[in-house]
Amino acid sequence: MISFDDPSWIVIPIILPLAAGLLCFLTRRWAFAFSLAASLGNLLASGILLKQLLSVGPLSYNVGNWKAPLGIALRIDGPAILMLLMTAVTGLGITLYARGYFSFRISGQKKIGRHERQERFFWPLWMTLWASLNGLFLSADLFNLYVTLELISIPAVALAALSGKPASQIAAFRYLLVSLLGSLSYLLGVVFIYRTYGVLDLALLGSKTASGAGIGAALALMSVGLLLKTALFPMHFWLPPAHANALAPVSAILSALVVKASFYLLFRLWFDVFASTITEPALNLLGTLGGVAIVWGALQAIRQQRLKLLVAYSTVSQLGYLFIAFPLAYLEKGADIWAAVIFMALAHSCAKSAMFMAAGTIFLHAGHDRINDLAGVRSYLPVTVFAYAIAGVNIMGLPPSGGFIAKWLLISSSLNSSQWWWGLIVMAGSLLASVYVFRVVSRFFVIPEGYHVPDRQPHSPLLEWPALVLALVALLLGLIAPYPLHILETGSSLFAMVSQKGLLL
Amino acid sequence: MTARSTQNKRKRFDPVLLLVLLLIVFLTGLLVQVILATDYLGSGLGDDVARFQDLSGVESPVTAVLLNFRGYDTLLEVMVLLMAVVGVWSLTRAPFPKKPIEPGPIQLAVVRLLAPLMVLFSFYLVWQGSHLAGGAFQGGAVLGGACVLMLVSELPWLKNISSRFLRIGLLSGPLVFLGVAILCIVLQGTLLDYPQEWVGTLLLLIETACAVSIGLTLACLFAGGRPKDDLSGGRKR
Amino acid sequence: MITNMLYSLGGLLLFIMGLFALIACSHPLRKILAVNVMATGVFLILIATAYKQAGAGEIDPVPHAMVLTGIVVSVSVTALALILACRVQETSNRSLSQQRKNDFTGAGE
Repeated sequence: MISFDDPSWIVIPIILPLAAGLLCFLTRRWAFAFSLAASLGNLLASGILLKQLLSVGPLSYNVGNWKAPLGIALRIDGPAILMLLMTAVTGLGITLYARGYFSFRISGQKKIGRHERQERFFWPLWMTLWASLNGLFLSADLFNLYVTLELISIPAVALAALSGKPASQIAAFRYLLVSLLGSLSYLLGVVFIYRTYGVLDLALLGSKTASGAGIGAALALMSVGLLLKTALFPMHFWLPPAHANALAPVSAILSALVVKASFYLLFRLWFDVFASTITEPALNLLGTLGGVAIVWGALQAIRQQRLKLLVAYSTVSQLGYLFIAFPLAYLEKGADIWAAVIFMALAHSCAKSAMFMAAGTIFLHAGHDRINDLAGVRSYLPVTVFAYAIAGVNIMGLPPSGGFIAKWLLISSSLNSSQWWWGLIVMAGSLLASVYVFRVVSRFFVIPEGYHVPDRQPHSPLLEWPALVLALVALLLGLIAPYPLHILETGSSLFAMVSQKGLLL
Repeated sequence: MTARSTQNKRKRFDPVLLLVLLLIVFLTGLLVQVILATDYLGSGLGDDVARFQDLSGVESPVTAVLLNFRGYDTLLEVMVLLMAVVGVWSLTRAPFPKKPIEPGPIQLAVVRLLAPLMVLFSFYLVWQGSHLAGGAFQGGAVLGGACVLMLVSELPWLKNISSRFLRIGLLSGPLVFLGVAILCIVLQGTLLDYPQEWVGTLLLLIETACAVSIGLTLACLFAGGRPKDDLSGGRKR
Repeated sequence: MITNMLYSLGGLLLFIMGLFALIACSHPLRKILAVNVMATGVFLILIATAYKQAGAGEIDPVPHAMVLTGIVVSVSVTALALILACRVQETSNRSLSQQRKNDFTGAGE
C-alpha cells in the first residue's frame, strides 16, 4: 500500500500534525512524543514529495476525488515544496527547542503552576498551527485558503498570549483584531471574485483573469488583508510587542513561519493568479513600503534596549526585502521571479528562529534581556552565543550565507532592470543590520574586568543546539544555492500546465 | 490609558477621525461602484452541485457541499472551533462562583423541561440535515443552547465535570472526521473520497459526532475557561 | 434583481460601518462587536450572491456552505477575543489595585 509514488503523500503534511494536535490535547503525558513523531514524519513526507516533484513535475491532488471547480485541489510546485521544507526543518528545530525550554522551566519550580499550563497548551496549538501552515502552502482554492488563514491566526494568537503576562495579552488582543480585520478583508475580496467568475480554484482563475473593476477591487482587498497579516511597514505596529512578549519558542514560530505564510499567499496571488491585473504603480508602492520598512525597522532595532524587541524589529526590517522583490519581479519575467523571495524567506526563517531561540536561552539564564547588562554571556552559554552570531551573519547578508544569496539576487536584478535605487536600499539595509547585530554580539563577547562568572545552571542540550543547527543550515544555504534554484525551475509554470490539461469535469 | 486619551480627543473633535471618516466614505463609494459593476459573469457552481448531487449521498445540496464536495474545508473548520476552546482554556479557568447559588423553582422546572427537548431536537436537526435544511452546525448550536441553559441555572454538578470527559467530547467530532478521512485514503486511495456504498452512513456518523463536539464547544466557550481539574493530573501531584 | 442588489449594498454598508467603528472606538468590547458587524456584512453579500448566481428558481449552495463555515469561524474567534479582553481587563485591574495599595502603604513590598 505504501509506495513512494503514491499521490496521497501530499496530504501527509496536513493530516499528520493535525492528528498530533488532537492527540496532544487528549493526553498530556505523550504530547512531546506525538509532536516529535509528527515533525519527523512531516520531514519525511516533504522529502518524498520533493522526490516526486523532481521526477514528474508539479503535483496536483483532488481532495475527495472531486475535480477543480466543485472540489478543492491541492497543488505542489517549486515554491510550495520549498516553503514546505522550510517549515519542516524550522518546525523540527522549534519542537526540539520547545521541549528543552519547557523542561528547563518546569524543573525549576516546586508546585504545579503556569509553566505546566504553558507546556500543556503549547503542543496542541503548535501542531495545529503547523498543519494549517502546510495547508496554506498546498491549497489551491481561494476559500480554503481563507479557512487556513483563520486556522493559522487562532492558534497564533493563543500562543502569543500563552506567557500570561499582561503585556503579552494586550499584544495578543491587538494581534487578534488585526488578523481578523485582515481575514475579513481577504474574504470580501474572495466574495467579489466569486461574484464575478463563479469559481474559486486558483488555476482556473489564472486562466480566466482579465482586468476589470471587480477583479482590481478584489485583489486590492485581498492584498490589504494579507499585508496586515504580513506586517508591512505602516501596518507593522502589532508585530514587535506580540513577538517580543511571547515565550521564546512561540516568538520563533511567529517570526519565522507565520508571517511568511501570508506573504507567500500574497506573492502567489500577484504573480501566478492575477498577473494580468497588476499594474506598475501598485508594484512600486509595495516596493517603496518595503524599502521604508527595511530602513525604519533597522533604525528601530538599533534603538531598542531589550534583546527580544531588537530581534522583533529586525523581523519588520527583513520583511521589507521580500516586498522589494515585487517591482523587480515584474520586470524580470521568467522562472527566477521566485528565487530571491524564496531564498530570503528560507534564510530568514532559519536565522530568525535561531536568533529568538538564542535570545530565549539567554533570557532563561540571565533572568532578563537588557542588552546593556548582558556582557560576558559567552562565558557560560558559548554555543548559544555562537548560534546568535551565525544567525547575525545571515541577517546582515555576508557570504556564504543564504541571506547573502538572496540579497545578491535582489541587487543583480535591480541592476539588470535598471532600477538601481532598490539595490541601494538593500545595501543600506545590510549596513544598518550589521550595526544592530554587532551591537549585541560585541556585548556578548566582551567580558568586563572583575566579571564574576555565574554558576552554570544544568540544562538539556536541546536548549542550545537546535538554534546552532538552524543557524548553520541558514549559513549553508548559500553553499547549496544551485539546488533550490533547480527545484524552482522544475516546479515553475504550474498553472500554465494545469490549465492546458483542462480541469473541468 | 490610550482609551482615556482618545475619549478626550473625541470630545474636542478629532481631525484624525474626520480624515478616517472621509477615507471610509471614499472607500464606500468605490466598493458600491464595484458591486454595481460585478453583474454576474459566471454561472456559479450551482449547476455542478446539482449534477453530482446523486453521488454525494445526501439530498440537501448545502450538506452535500459542506461534507462531501468541500468536506476538506469543514474538516479544517471543525479544527478552528476546537482551537478556540484550546485557546480559551489556555487563558483562564472557568469562573464558577465559589458558593453554589440555589436556582429558583421556576427556573429549575423550565430547565428540566427544556433541556431534554432541546437535546432531542438537536439530533432531529442533524438527522434531517441529509435531506432538508439542518445539519451538524444547526444541531450543534441547539445542543450548545441546551448546555448554556444548564450553565446559566448554575446546576451544582456542572463545575465538577471532569476535564477528561470534556476533552473526549470536544475531540469526538474532529477525531471521527479525521479518522474517516484517513480511512478513505486506505480504502479508496484519496482523502475524503467516501466509498459509494457507505457514503450516507459515514456522513451521518460524521455529522452526529461533529454536532456533539460543536455543542460542547459552544458550552465550553460560554463557560469561559478550563475545568478546574484540568492541570491537576500528570506527574506532579 | 433590485432586492438582491439592495442586500448586497446593505452588506457593504454593514462592512464599512464595522470598519469605521473598529478604527474609531477604543473600548475592546466595541472593537469586537465592530468586527462582528463587518463579518455579518460580508456574509450578507455572500448570501445575495448565492441567489443571483443561478438566476431564476435554483440557488447556488456553495455560498451557503461558505457562510456556514464563516459563521462558525466568526463565533469561535469572537469567543476567544472576548475571553482575551476579559483577561486583559482583569490583569490590568489587579496590577492597578496592587499599585494603589503600594501607593497607599508607602514603600511597596
